Amino acid sequence: MISILTFLPLAGGLIILALARRSRDSARIIAFLFALASLVLAILLWAGFEPSTPGMQFQEWHEWAPSLGIAYHVGVDGLGILMLTLSAIVVLMSLAASWANEKQPSVYFALVLFLESGLFGTFTALNFVHWFIFWELSLIPAFFLVRLWGGPNRARAAAQFFLYTMVGSIALLLAFLALFLATGRFDFVDLANLAQSGQILPSIANNLHWAGSPASIAQGLFWAVFLGFAVKTPVVPFHTWLPAAYAEAPSETTMLLTGAMSKMGVYGFLRILLPIFPQQMQQARTPLLWLAVATIVLPAFAAWAQKDLKRTFAYSSVNHLGYCVLGICAVAQFAGSATEKSAALTGVLLQIFSHGLTAAALFWFIALLERRSGGLRGIDDFGGLRKVVPVFAGLMGIAIFASLGLPGLNGFPGEFLIFKGTFPLATWAASISVLGLLMTAVFLLTVIQKVFSGPVNLRWQTMPDLTFSERVALFPAIALMFLIGLYPQLITGMVHGAVTQWVLTFSQGGHF
Amino acid sequence: MTQNAVPSVSWIVRNLWLIPVLPMLAAGIGALLKAAQRRLAATLAIGSMSISLVLALIAFADALSHPVVQIVNFHWMQFGDQWLSLGWLLDPLAAVMLVMVSFVGLLIFIYSVGYMAHDDNFTRFFCFLSLFAGAMLGVVIANSLLLLFMCWEVVGLTSYLLIGFWYHRPAAAAAAKKAFVTTRVGDLGLLLGMVWLYAQSGTLLFYNHGAGCLEQGAVAALAAHVTIGGMAVSTAIGLLVFCGAAGKSGQLPLHVWLPDAMEGPTPVSALIHAATMVAAGVYLIARVYPLMSAQALAVVAWVGAITALFAACIAVAQNDIKRILAYSTVSQLGYMMLGLGVGGVAVGIFHLITHAFFKSLLFLGAGSVIHGCTEEQDIRNMGGLRRFMPITFLTYAAGMLALCGFPLFAGFWSKDAILHAAHGWGLSRGPFYLGAIGALLTAFYMTRQVYYVFFGERRTPEAAAEAVVSQHHGEECAVADPHESPSVMTWPLILLAIFATFLGFVGTPAWPWFQSFLAGQHVTFSFSGFSEPGLLSLMATSSLIVVTGLLLGWWFYGRKPILHPTDPDALERLQPSLFHALADRLYVDEFYGVTVIALTRFAAAFSAFLDRWIFGGIVQLISWIVTGLGWLDFSADKVLVNGGFDLGCRELFVGGRLFTRLQNGRVQNYLRVIGIALVVLVILLLWGRLG
Repeated sequence: MISILTFLPLAGGLIILALARRSRDSARIIAFLFALASLVLAILLWAGFEPSTPGMQFQEWHEWAPSLGIAYHVGVDGLGILMLTLSAIVVLMSLAASWANEKQPSVYFALVLFLESGLFGTFTALNFVHWFIFWELSLIPAFFLVRLWGGPNRARAAAQFFLYTMVGSIALLLAFLALFLATGRFDFVDLANLAQSGQILPSIANNLHWAGSPASIAQGLFWAVFLGFAVKTPVVPFHTWLPAAYAEAPSETTMLLTGAMSKMGVYGFLRILLPIFPQQMQQARTPLLWLAVATIVLPAFAAWAQKDLKRTFAYSSVNHLGYCVLGICAVAQFAGSATEKSAALTGVLLQIFSHGLTAAALFWFIALLERRSGGLRGIDDFGGLRKVVPVFAGLMGIAIFASLGLPGLNGFPGEFLIFKGTFPLATWAASISVLGLLMTAVFLLTVIQKVFSGPVNLRWQTMPDLTFSERVALFPAIALMFLIGLYPQLITGMVHGAVTQWVLTFSQGGHF
Repeated sequence: MTQNAVPSVSWIVRNLWLIPVLPMLAAGIGALLKAAQRRLAATLAIGSMSISLVLALIAFADALSHPVVQIVNFHWMQFGDQWLSLGWLLDPLAAVMLVMVSFVGLLIFIYSVGYMAHDDNFTRFFCFLSLFAGAMLGVVIANSLLLLFMCWEVVGLTSYLLIGFWYHRPAAAAAAKKAFVTTRVGDLGLLLGMVWLYAQSGTLLFYNHGAGCLEQGAVAALAAHVTIGGMAVSTAIGLLVFCGAAGKSGQLPLHVWLPDAMEGPTPVSALIHAATMVAAGVYLIARVYPLMSAQALAVVAWVGAITALFAACIAVAQNDIKRILAYSTVSQLGYMMLGLGVGGVAVGIFHLITHAFFKSLLFLGAGSVIHGCTEEQDIRNMGGLRRFMPITFLTYAAGMLALCGFPLFAGFWSKDAILHAAHGWGLSRGPFYLGAIGALLTAFYMTRQVYYVFFGERRTPEAAAEAVVSQHHGEECAVADPHESPSVMTWPLILLAIFATFLGFVGTPAWPWFQSFLAGQHVTFSFSGFSEPGLLSLMATSSLIVVTGLLLGWWFYGRKPILHPTDPDALERLQPSLFHALADRLYVDEFYGVTVIALTRFAAAFSAFLDRWIFGGIVQLISWIVTGLGWLDFSADKVLVNGGFDLGCRELFVGGRLFTRLQNGRVQNYLRVIGIALVVLVILLLWGRLG
């Protein structure tokens, strides 16, 4: 089932390239059908998933290169299933947003489907090598989407995006090679079990005769893996590729970058760092918390200083993922109450999903706005749009307030649970981080004030409001925001098994 | 959501959720209506609100017969193996608030039909108004601090939307943002208090059959815990919760948004920024009262007293009819907080209820004046209106006397209860004196306003008058005369005026029905209530204060009629610098401008700088170094190739270089260096393993 899901978009992309190179209509219809089929499959998985059973479900295991510990191993837990559904939704949203794409549409749509395959593979693979291939594979379509369809500075932004992520990936690769040399395992589940039973440090001591104690080697490996995910998420100060990439990418691609790809980093924290490096994470907890706080606070301030709407929302995206990092780092200690850890991690998962949805929707609105303004998107380029395009303003307003964390919309339950869990676990970090909540309100309301309020900018007097089909396309996204805001159990009910398992990782005492 | 309603609770308690949800549904449907469907929008809003009022009255009757806390809780979401529960409750406090909010709300909805009749966004207005009413009613019945907070934030959203309702005016858009951000500062305190409370007591349900956070066990545990600086945890949490209350209720130093909120349509000012939403902070403190330690209540009392006086001072020198009332609201909210701090729930809430009636009356009266004078808001350009709008004048006078605390009017009883409690407060006499001086100023500024607006001769702004004269060449046509408002607007005024006059009698010392009801006790009528020591003399003193204020107001503004709009204020002539300082709101906004806001701007610019030049700069530096290494490597290749390799290789190299140039040379170089490094490291690792 998971394999079908993973390779379905890939097949779709190949079909487009093979059969529909010339025709935009057939390309986009094929792309849409394949993305829809993926979503249906993801929802079927969701429906068949047993949330109270711990461990991986829908597992598939085939030998690949047994002597090297490499296998084709896929499976999902609550986190995986959540990521699959989110990716499928975000890809559909992005396709809907780029429906009118005119420049080489068939290649564009094929690349989006390739990217979707990369995402599905990343979120299901349980063997490092297998996982790493998809992790890198998703980067390539993303690079070309930015490089070929982006704005004026796309070359530089795409190169920076690619190389920066590459550096992180290489750190990851090296760390896992070392782990393999020490333990002979590439499988995430095996490695996590070894870590649980405290066998990683002895293996390092036996098999890696490097300078330094086994503990410090493990710590070094931890930081290397962390770097890989910190670049991807991103965590301040490894985030500088992001504003440029998000701003230069076409907004439809930015939807994918922020809605789905940025989640790969957080996914890595949860799938790899927490289970495999619990002791190392606990040791590094204080600096990690500082980084998390910086990731929340600095971008929130920086967002207010931006003049380009896409850069504003790009920083906002960093800020929102910062809450995820905060929740994860706060949990990384063996002391502390299991209730609070469960709250923080559940909040993180809610936040992942809801940020993916909201951020994708926001960049969709930007795409719609750019199409109407001929590419202009400065915060000062507009004014009084609410009068001219009331439906657009109203719906984007909903997305903005969802991003701001208004109760009743999808952003609130996650942020509340993160703060609920983090406050007792890392009081100082939570207390500083509320500054981020404040600044989010400041800059988002500034956007509303400058773009939608005030006297009408005469230049846009004739801007058309959302068409019927645009409204229909946006409706499911907006409805989902309300649904999750009012009934978060929809998601929290799926992930409590996974959450309980992480909490167990950190409650049975450390093996030092 | 699974319901685990206790079977013993009555029908109305089980279905209490309908009271907030009905207006919210009306808002949801209203949001989908077209702008032209005005009648439907207003009908939906008023209809849902009427049903809510009926249900609220049934709930009130139920609370009368069972004056205890009745609850229904349900699961909302789970985290790990825990459940987060929400719920609603009915107790006397909630019942009183429900009736007040739905009744005042309904009157203001009806009034708005007249007031907003000519507005293009009439439909949207009723949508926002309904959403507000639903959320506010949700705040009132929430049995969980979290649910209360959620509704509280939605209330803040609607306040934002309605302040900025005329969004094309930059001032309105700015005021809306300011209101949201300022209250959010307080809300962050509330959020921290909430998560702290959750961590300490393990629940945010107020009442849960003995396991709620306001019940004996949790409260005792909180009071026993000690945190930073020897403060009890309950004190710390109480103070954080009070931050939220202070933001919402415009207490110092977060009061600055409320006067600016007057940019919204006047019915909004009456409903949200006078009667209900701003009182939500007071309600919140009353709701979590069992949690508030004596130290926290002392802070509440002091902040309230200082706010009461501070805002009253500023109100003296304002010229905008709505701004005067706005500062008056800030001041009265201060009294409520003072009442909570020194006297208890009943004292604060009694004033909250009477104030809701007389202040919404005053705002609606001001709206009637503004409506009648074609959008004029400057009291200097009014005058003599009592002859043009008699109903507005009489009802306004009733509201003004109630606000001043004139004997027997509603405000007299409730404000007197506060002053009496402040007088008897054990910790300090300070708040009492602050409150007493505030009362004097209240009578003074309201007299000033009423003289300016309703007495004397009609004044028109000279510029406007001249323009009219020049246009019509001296024809007999002045600016259109003010007119009385239509009956859809005056009827709510009359009803509210009746309440503003007589409502106080439900809580007199002789028959403290209101206070006993809140406490869940039975009450009998007896004049002996007045015989409490010091009570009568205090009442006489406060009456004297009020009369003095009224007389001073008359002395300055009533004795000689004010003739021209440009005449300096009587107080300005006497004390120009003091008057100007007050007129400029004691420079609080300017102070925030050069401190907090400037600091935030600096922080934003600094963060952007860090990003661009430090974090980005280091990355850039590394990329230069790597490019440099790549170039070295490239040159070495070139020398080697030129020196020794055959020509075939050269061809390949030239091709490669062309390609390199096409691509700017960078990606390849990076990758090559990374690749080499990778190989070297892998070799090292393998070597390490072998060795």
